[in-house]
Amino acid sequence: MARVLLFGRLQDIAGWRERGIDSAPATVAALMAQLSAEDEALGEALAQPSVRVAVDRRIVAGDAPVGPGSEVAFMPPMSGG
Amino acid sequence: MVRLQSEPFEPGALLTSFGAGRLESGGVVSFTGIARADGGGVEALELEAYPGFTDAEIERMAAEAKARFDLHDVLVVHRIGRILPGEPIVFVATAAAHRRAAFEGCDQLMDYLKSRAPFWKKSHETGGARWIDPRAEDYVDAARWTADPEETP
Repeated sequence: MARVLLFGRLQDIAGWRERGIDSAPATVAALMAQLSAEDEALGEALAQPSVRVAVDRRIVAGDAPVGPGSEVAFMPPMSGG
Repeated sequence: MVRLQSEPFEPGALLTSFGAGRLESGGVVSFTGIARADGGGVEALELEAYPGFTDAEIERMAAEAKARFDLHDVLVVHRIGRILPGEPIVFVATAAAHRRAAFEGCDQLMDYLKSRAPFWKKSHETGGARWIDPRAEDYVDAARWTADPEETP
């Protein structure tokens, strides 16, 4: 089961921070399409170019593979300090 | 060294211990960032990190700054969780043989932390809560350290 993590405002849009997906799609892009089909507002937010994606804590592009045990994090613009 | 912590910290104590026993570091520079009240409108800041990723990314940037400016040592302490106005939120210290390297190393790390380190900041205000994005100046500041304009969002 793949785990999906949302950060920042994405949590407010989706109403969740973390969930498991039993039949995880094979790529980040496919996972985004699946999430978008369930929740259009979240899909729009995830599609913003400012959103970075990490698979197993490495920043990746949309065609990156997602394994059954992967942790996929969606990260909107970052701001610390 | 990089530390994320939910407990408040005392910047003076951090600076004292960071600077102690240095016989070859002619310059020690530190920066302390403090949560602003913004005229009383801010009740608290809420800082979220991605444990295991945020700390690793900052470690990577600290190592890069250390190599680039020939720093002897780097310390980054960043609060996470709920932070009240007036409380220190971030502390960066650098040590180098001479002052310029220490200033620049500290400057670069702070620019990185403001707009590129994986933190998300929510401001709880009298009128409600809102997510804080970096300011345009923060992106410009961060871009000063790289020759690659593509890295600016």
